[in-house]
Formats: sequence, structure tokens, C-alpha cells
Amino acid sequence: MPAVEATTATTRKTALNAVHRQMGARMVEFNGWDMPVEYPSSGGIIAEHMAVRTGVGIFDVSHMGDIRLAGPGALAAVQHISMNDASRLAVGQAQYSALLYPQGTFVDDVIVHRLGEHEYLLVINAGTREKDFSWVSDNTRDFNRKVENLSDEFTQIAIQGPKGLNLLQKLTDADLSALKFYWVTRGKVCGLKSVLIARTGYTGEDGFEIYIPADEATSAGVWNEILEAGKEFGVLPCGLGARNTLRLEAKLPLYGHEISDTINVWEAGLDRFCKMEKPDFIGRVALEKAKATGLQRTLVGLEMIERGIARDGYKVLDDSGREIGYVTSGSPAPFLKKNIALAYVPPRFSDAGSTVKVEVRGQGVKAQVVPTPFYKRPKRTESPRT
Amino acid sequence: MPYPSDFKYTKEHEWIKADGKNATIGITNYAQESLGDIVFAELPKVGSETTAGKTFGTIESVKAVSDLYAPASGTVTEVNSELATAPEKINKDAHSAWLIKITMKDPNELNSLLSAADYEKFVAEEAGH
Repeated sequence: MPAVEATTATTRKTALNAVHRQMGARMVEFNGWDMPVEYPSSGGIIAEHMAVRTGVGIFDVSHMGDIRLAGPGALAAVQHISMNDASRLAVGQAQYSALLYPQGTFVDDVIVHRLGEHEYLLVINAGTREKDFSWVSDNTRDFNRKVENLSDEFTQIAIQGPKGLNLLQKLTDADLSALKFYWVTRGKVCGLKSVLIARTGYTGEDGFEIYIPADEATSAGVWNEILEAGKEFGVLPCGLGARNTLRLEAKLPLYGHEISDTINVWEAGLDRFCKMEKPDFIGRVALEKAKATGLQRTLVGLEMIERGIARDGYKVLDDSGREIGYVTSGSPAPFLKKNIALAYVPPRFSDAGSTVKVEVRGQGVKAQVVPTPFYKRPKRTESPRT
Repeated sequence: MPYPSDFKYTKEHEWIKADGKNATIGITNYAQESLGDIVFAELPKVGSETTAGKTFGTIESVKAVSDLYAPASGTVTEVNSELATAPEKINKDAHSAWLIKITMKDPNELNSLLSAADYEKFVAEEAGH
């Protein structure tokens, strides 16, 4: 058993840090942040994961960063630095996208929200906050826009699961059932005026993310009010452990794992979020070339057939034991009750039903390529999707 | 949860309970708490050898993989087969859900391990970081 990781003095804290510690959360260092990995009082990762799949769970995701682009040239700036087509967004709509290097690889993945006629909010990853902000400001200089780093302005709380709507509706005057998936609105939340409410998340469930002022008292007040209001739905506070297993079941990419500065859009299988027909954007030329060359590797879903758990970084082998790829994320899947993984392999091994091996402590353990996402939430009439 | 005073403990968070040359080995309550939901235990076969301070298996939770270190040298006489289908028993009661039983080569090896009181002090310091 290794020693528990100690957190360093330079580790950053969200405004809810003291609340997590009071609740007895197990804290870990994640991308430079001191974050809860699980709450023993919730029953741990599996219980938290199940709460989100069957009821509701809440997450402190304030470590995520936020970049605001506004001005007459904001749309053109967003179009230039992101791969999805932001011109398709109505005011109040959001889209999954990514910032790319000229090589067609990832600076980061982002959610682009159109907040106003000429106003966009990019929500970015914790570990890439500074890099992303420099990238966005440096590469949009030629556009008539103002760019602001709002990362420290917000406490971001995710309310996720089929009961998320019922829970949040108790605390807001915004009509949440009228808010479609990947749309944003503003409303009063826990007495705070004009809070940004997005119907987004990173769990594969329906859910919401709210952006409130980042002072400790306000943040703690809202967090506790949500937990109190959610008692009737069995709400649990959830940590990064469950966030990771939930996103893995839903095959949502994690920066540094499925996507990175050495992996391109086609390899990651994010084609449908990359609009080659829109005006020029950074990365486009390289992606055209890459498409013509063909894929050398592709992201697949694996399900372990034999006993063993694939973990991040483990080697993938063919039947003869030759190394053919590697696992980007692997874990037991608490809802599916299987051991699953995402891995990069050559395209000829990517057909569903192909068998490969994952090297677990020197042993090749059999796994099968399966269709992804591993988990897709059941369609519910009360949560319309576009 | 109290740490039984008739157990000895390693700094890697295993416990060992000796009865003459025979001993039972498990992981401590602190270990199961740190790991979280335990989903898999890879244990040695009956008849294999353990060496004090060396790994004898692996334990996995949803989020982590950890090596198991043998508190004493010896020969494995029994493996807790219940853990193959119900590894969560370790979370429920780490001090009764044992992993393996061994016949020790030299029971004197246990003298270098921690007493319950020393182990409690050790984990209090480790948790206090």
C-alpha cells in the first residue's frame, strides 16, 4: 500500500475547499488543484456514480476555467480558434468544440456558449487554464474582440442525473423544463440574481451546471442549499472519482488521455464536432492532409473478457502478444458492472468483436472491442435533445 | 475502528496475526479507507512463498492499484476464496476479511513490525499531511 499523496503548498483551492474538508471528503491533487476524489459519507465512488445514474449528484467543478470573448469580432475570433461551427449557435445555445494546434492536435476541448449577440463563453479544463487563455488571446489579436479570463470569478457546481431538474427547479425561477440540452439561460438561484444556468455536464446524464460568484460564503451557502433541497431525491455530493467513471462510461474524452497535443481530431473520433466546411480555422490544413493520409490509430472501446482491470497507460497487445497500442483510460464501470477501457489501436483492430489483450502486470488479459459509448442514457420525454 | 492489539502492522498497511508458526495476513482499516471501493484482489497460489517486505499480490479499488507487501516470509497455506466474488468484504471489515494464511519461516521477523499503538500513531501522522 503506498502512502496517501500529500498536497503541496502551491496547490490551488476552490471556494468550496473548506466545505469539502468539513464533509470529510478524501482530497487529492488533480491538475494542480486540491479536489475531493470521493466522499466516504456518500458511500464512496460506486455509490456516488449510481446516484448520478439513477437519481442526482452534485459536483464542485470550479477548477474548470472560463474565457469570455465579446465584441463585434467575437464570432469570427471563436470561429478562427475552434473546430466546431459557432455561427450555428443561437443566443443561449452551447456546443462541444476544441481548440486545435496547427497540426490538428488538441490545445484543449471546450464548451462554447453563446451568451449574447456578440458574447461567447468558453469553458475549459483546469489543467490547461493558463495555456488556453494565452492561446486564445494570442490567436485572436487580429479580431475586434475583448478577451477576459473569468476563471477565478465563478464557483461552478454541476447538478447531474435524472432528478437534477427536479432538484434545481426547487431553487430557481427559471423554467428548466423549457431549457433544452446544451442551452443556457439566466435565472434567480438560491436568491442570487441572474445566475448562468447551462443544461450541460460531463457524466452522460441529463443535468445542469450553474455559475455563481466565487466568494466562499456564497459558494458554501448555495452548495448546502442544494444538498438540503435534494434530500428528497437522495442527492449525494460526488467527487472526481465518480466524475471520471461516469464520463468514461459515456465515452467523454479527458484531456491528457483520449485527447492531447499529439492526438488529432480524426484519431480521437471527434469528426462530428469538426466542421471542415466552415471558414478557415487553426488546424484545418493539417486535418485535411491527415484525412488524405488515412488513420494510423483510432480510439476504441474495450471490455475485459478475462479477469483483470485495464488502467491508463497499459499496453494493448494482439493475439500473438505484439504491442499494438495503449489504454488511455481504464476502470471498473460501476453502473455497467464491467471492466472497460478506451484505447488507441491500429484501425484493423477496431471492428466491434475484435479481440485483443491488455497487458496487466506482465500478463496478456483478453479484451473485446465493443461499440461506444458504453453507456447511453435512456430517452426521457421531459429532457428534449436537439 | 480499533486496531486489534494481538495483530502486528507494516508501514505499508498490512496486518498479521500469528498463532505459533501460522499467521493470517490482511490489509488495515486505514488501507481500505484510503483505497475506497475494493473491486479486485490478486492473491498468490497455495504453496507459493512470501518474503518479508516483498510484494505477494495486488489489490485494486475503482480508482487505484496497490501492491501488497508480505509482513513475514513463509509458505502460503490458504487463500481467502470469498474475495474472488466479494472483494468488498475488505471494505466492510478489513480486520476480519483476511487475504492469505502462511506458515512462517521465522516468527522472530514479526519483532520488527509495528504494534497496534505504534501503527495508530503512524497513520495519524500520515493522514495529517
